[in-house]
Amino acid sequence: MSKLVEGLYYSKSHEWVKPLEDDVVLVGITDFAQSELGDVVFVDLPEVGDTVSAEVEFGAVESVKAASDLIAPISGEILEVNDELVGEPELLNKDPYKNWLLKVKLENPDELSELLNIEEYEAFIK
Amino acid sequence: MINYNRMIFELSNPGRIGYSLPKQRFTDYNVEALDKKYLRNAELLLPEVSELDCLRHFTNISNKNFGVENGFYPLGSCTMKYNPKINEEMAANKAFRSLHPLQPASTVQGALEVYYQLQEYLSTISGLHEFSLNPYAGAHGELVGLMIIKAYHEERKDFKRKKIIIPDSAHGTNPASTVVCGMDVVEIKSNSLGRVDLESLKAVLNDEVSGMMLTNPNTLGIFENDICEITKLIHEAGGLMYYDGANLNALLGKVRPGDMGFDVMHINLHKTFSTPHGGGGPGSGPVGVTEELAKYLPNPRVKKIDDYYFIENSGEALGQISSYFGNYLVALRAYAYIRTLGKENLKLVGPYATLNANYISNALKTAYDLPIPGYCMHEVVFNGLTNKDTDVRTLDIAKRLLDFGMHAPTIYFPLLFPQSIMIEPTETESKETIDDFINVMHKIAIEAKEDPDKLKQAPTKTPIRRTDEVFAAKMMIFSYKDYLEYIQNRG
Repeated sequence: MSKLVEGLYYSKSHEWVKPLEDDVVLVGITDFAQSELGDVVFVDLPEVGDTVSAEVEFGAVESVKAASDLIAPISGEILEVNDELVGEPELLNKDPYKNWLLKVKLENPDELSELLNIEEYEAFIK
Repeated sequence: MINYNRMIFELSNPGRIGYSLPKQRFTDYNVEALDKKYLRNAELLLPEVSELDCLRHFTNISNKNFGVENGFYPLGSCTMKYNPKINEEMAANKAFRSLHPLQPASTVQGALEVYYQLQEYLSTISGLHEFSLNPYAGAHGELVGLMIIKAYHEERKDFKRKKIIIPDSAHGTNPASTVVCGMDVVEIKSNSLGRVDLESLKAVLNDEVSGMMLTNPNTLGIFENDICEITKLIHEAGGLMYYDGANLNALLGKVRPGDMGFDVMHINLHKTFSTPHGGGGPGSGPVGVTEELAKYLPNPRVKKIDDYYFIENSGEALGQISSYFGNYLVALRAYAYIRTLGKENLKLVGPYATLNANYISNALKTAYDLPIPGYCMHEVVFNGLTNKDTDVRTLDIAKRLLDFGMHAPTIYFPLLFPQSIMIEPTETESKETIDDFINVMHKIAIEAKEDPDKLKQAPTKTPIRRTDEVFAAKMMIFSYKDYLEYIQNRG
């Protein structure tokens, strides 16, 4: 059974979005995503200052099984990148909700409403 | 033999030798006169061992290996068929082995005849007009085939045709070859049966389409029923059809890519025509084309006038894509395979390969989740166990198979299902071997329920037990030098 966290927004491509303050959010991958991927060996992330667009790929995760694109759930400018993951990609397997990928300043906060809530995502991955 | 676990470097003892060199016959050189920058400064790290130590070392490590001569090897999409020994006997014949590619054609008429005849056989078998045996392997063949498609459009000054359409179920080499060739990949989704979705295909057709790459049967082992419609649509849009020969074994003797409307294709001789694979290779990926495209084939070409075979270098578009004739001795093995089987038996390859896969599919579908019901071609894809209530995953099933002396099938490919397990028995296995495999697979399904821990621990009977794949993927140590550095830094 995949772990889910209350208060997050979820995408159908298995990323989560956590709103902080002032339209800034954290973006990560869900527990379902990490368990389907298996052991993660490499994470390819964009750079601070780059922009991401909703439903467009922004990086990749490589596991012992396959390489998968990371799809941005929202649009905005990248404020921070979790560099820890580059050296220790296995953190994504250990705790995918604590180990976020990007900190993004939202370009259009309304986009959040288009994402799934916890119940909808739970039903989606069933 | 106790678990042998040494590197040849560890056996090294300075001054020990296992060779005797012939007398030096060349005296007209002067090392002193060489520019200093060409001289090696560091010590040469080569092992110094006796002949017997060397022999024992390689015999011992070869015992850890598993090949098609050890047991069942149903690695999906790889067509791991048995390589008949007569092929090796032919390739080892001194008359072929000691030839030089620059010998005058008049002195190698027999060798050229073999090469020419194989080009002709592949044409007859595939329905395409002309073949080049030069490419070294499947992916090389793909690249050469795409270069031909590109050259065709560019000669007509149609420079905007840069898009290659590829279904999402394709082998990873297809998009990779496309990008290496400087073209753009357009991916289209498969329908629920794993086939090309015609509406999705129509939606991406325009005057920028260069061509489409397709494997048929596709990566799920399913025949593309709409193939004639697909090739028609691509041709109407001005593109060319590329046939990836990865799964040609399923069709051998029954269906020809040329008749389905393909313009360019490659054949993996190491799959369909029984030459050794990959590490045991080298491989060979001949490229075939329609009459219209024949002028784009790479150099050198072997041609024939009356009874005389000669070498031609007339191709201007691609020039040379390999050194000389590609892997000649691999082509020779494929020729031997075709000649020993003969026309009538060759026609049975595809049907027998398909029968074996369907026998497995039918026998295992109660215990293993068959996502696409109905007949398959030469391989069958399951999506893990039918019983989804256990923690046992495809990886554990594959590892457990090793304990029974069978090679694991391809796993986690194709990517369309989360727990893919792709089984290709080939036509060269007996019913008894396939029945053994089926019994073992059922046994594993029962273990998954009753003793899942056994599967999580597997393999326990192999020389190397379950490997730490994350560590292996992150710590890439490819040479003894790197290994010494790693040990030193670790302290």
